[in-house]
Amino acid sequence: MATINEIQDQIIDDFNLFDEWDEKYAYIIDLGKKLQGIDPKYKIEENIIKGCQSLVWMTSNYQDGIVHYQGESDAIIVKGLVALLLKVLSDQPAEDIAKSDMYFIDKIGMQQHLSMTRSNGLASMVKQMKMHALAYQSTQA
Amino acid sequence: MTNAINTDLFNLDGTLNIERIREDFPILYQEVNGKPLVYFDNAATTQKPLQVVEALTAYYLNDNANIHRGIHTLAERATAGFEATRDAVKTFINANEREEIIFTRGTTEGINLVAATWGATNLKEGDEIVLSAMEHHSNMVPWHMLAQRTKAVVKILPMNDAGELLTEAFDTIITPKTKLVSCVHVSNTLGSINPVKELIAKAHAVGAVAMIDGAQAVSHLDIDVQDLNADFYAFSAHKLYGPTGVGVLYGKRALLEAMPPYQGGGEMISDVSYESCTYNELPYKFEAGTPNIADVVAFKAAIDYVHSIGKPTIRAYEHELLDYAVSKLKDIEGIRLIGTAKNKVSVQSFVFSDIHHQDLAIILDKEGVAIRTGHHCTQPLMGRLGLTGTSRASFAFYNTKEEIDQFIAAIYKAIKLFR
Ligand SMILES: Cc1ncc(COP(=O)(O)O)c(C=O)c1O
Repeated sequence: MATINEIQDQIIDDFNLFDEWDEKYAYIIDLGKKLQGIDPKYKIEENIIKGCQSLVWMTSNYQDGIVHYQGESDAIIVKGLVALLLKVLSDQPAEDIAKSDMYFIDKIGMQQHLSMTRSNGLASMVKQMKMHALAYQSTQA
Repeated sequence: MTNAINTDLFNLDGTLNIERIREDFPILYQEVNGKPLVYFDNAATTQKPLQVVEALTAYYLNDNANIHRGIHTLAERATAGFEATRDAVKTFINANEREEIIFTRGTTEGINLVAATWGATNLKEGDEIVLSAMEHHSNMVPWHMLAQRTKAVVKILPMNDAGELLTEAFDTIITPKTKLVSCVHVSNTLGSINPVKELIAKAHAVGAVAMIDGAQAVSHLDIDVQDLNADFYAFSAHKLYGPTGVGVLYGKRALLEAMPPYQGGGEMISDVSYESCTYNELPYKFEAGTPNIADVVAFKAAIDYVHSIGKPTIRAYEHELLDYAVSKLKDIEGIRLIGTAKNKVSVQSFVFSDIHHQDLAIILDKEGVAIRTGHHCTQPLMGRLGLTGTSRASFAFYNTKEEIDQFIAAIYKAIKLFR
């Protein structure tokens, strides 16, 4: 299993192949379309990462020190970004997730989606995912 | 006379010289993501002409002092500038007296002021407040808060699917229990121009007070508060090509006189002892503390600028832009126009069944086009329309058909990416 940083580096390499912004977005949109949605039973208020513009749902489970995430959004670009985060952080050890640094976002030119004005931006999703990991870690300790 | 039409801004055939006008708005000459900026978010805030920026700078460079209290020359110049804007606003909305013009931070503060002062002294349990189905949260939340405090009841004037208020419902909703009717003059989400004169007359017929949220109206329509017979009329300078942080609350003198002050502090008193104080006269009674002097002073340059073109000319040109945009938007597959009132300003909302408004806005931004998406601070209206949000383009007199072409091309590009 590749580590978080190995996966980030792979994504950065993939994105380096794109010359134009629309190729990047076409790829992200495609990831969004392909991402298997979250199980409807998890599409509940508690799992919403609230924002003004679109909805993001994030849920997780924990097994043998590994965190598995599921996520979805009603907007397709955000859903594609969720897919990228899942690629990087899902199925990783809780400990690694909690201390991870999501440097790939900047490197692939998606830093504008981190910000607060892009409500439920990547930053709040990453924060939420780390909170899950931290919570699992503390149950183990 | 600064109020005169500026022929420099017109072509010889009497049409607007948009190229020349755009020179007064240097912010428009920039690239965003490598594309020429197209600013279609004018309903959120308008851009400011050089004249406003220069007035602001000149104030700080030459005249800055605190107003009303000083005997020295700078204080007199600053006071004169501040009060000159009050006179300009009085003329702009045709108020009867300059004392009826109160400077606030914006529309929101004007409405809150009325809710907190007039509302607190005039409403009791069971009284009714009537609002419309298309209110901005600014003209909804202050009344909900007041209703909670006083146990008054909020009632809503319904609209049709095009976004037009149902005038035939006025008589059933507005009853002798109604103490206040507060309605948006022009909807920020739909662009509808509401029949507020008729509504105000209905309110007065049952003895209610009528307040109008003019935030979106002042940049498009000629406003005559006396002809409308509005009791209160609130708007923001920043939606009228003026600075942020300045608003106007117009109120009829008799009502303002009877209302308690909003905030206490300097400026708003005439005498203070350790035991008590007497309040200053209008308008100062409602202007506690040092106001936003510089921006109020600069606001006059915005009013003068609008006068130098003329509202009827502005409205006619903006309508041309709206019609052009609608004719292009209509042809896009899968689009639904939201807000199709017969009488409206240059604002157009739309939705796609298969493209989320946030996704559209992201791609449009990449193409240099600034529009607004979301609920536009009108969540109850979104609920009424069964939507979570819309995309909204809003046009000002400095926009062009070429920009609309760039906007439409960007939508097609987005569609290609998403479908
Ligand atoms: C119809 C309407 N009312 C009120 C407001 C609030 O104005 P402000 O934020 O300047 O107080 C707005 C601004 O978006 C508006 O469009």
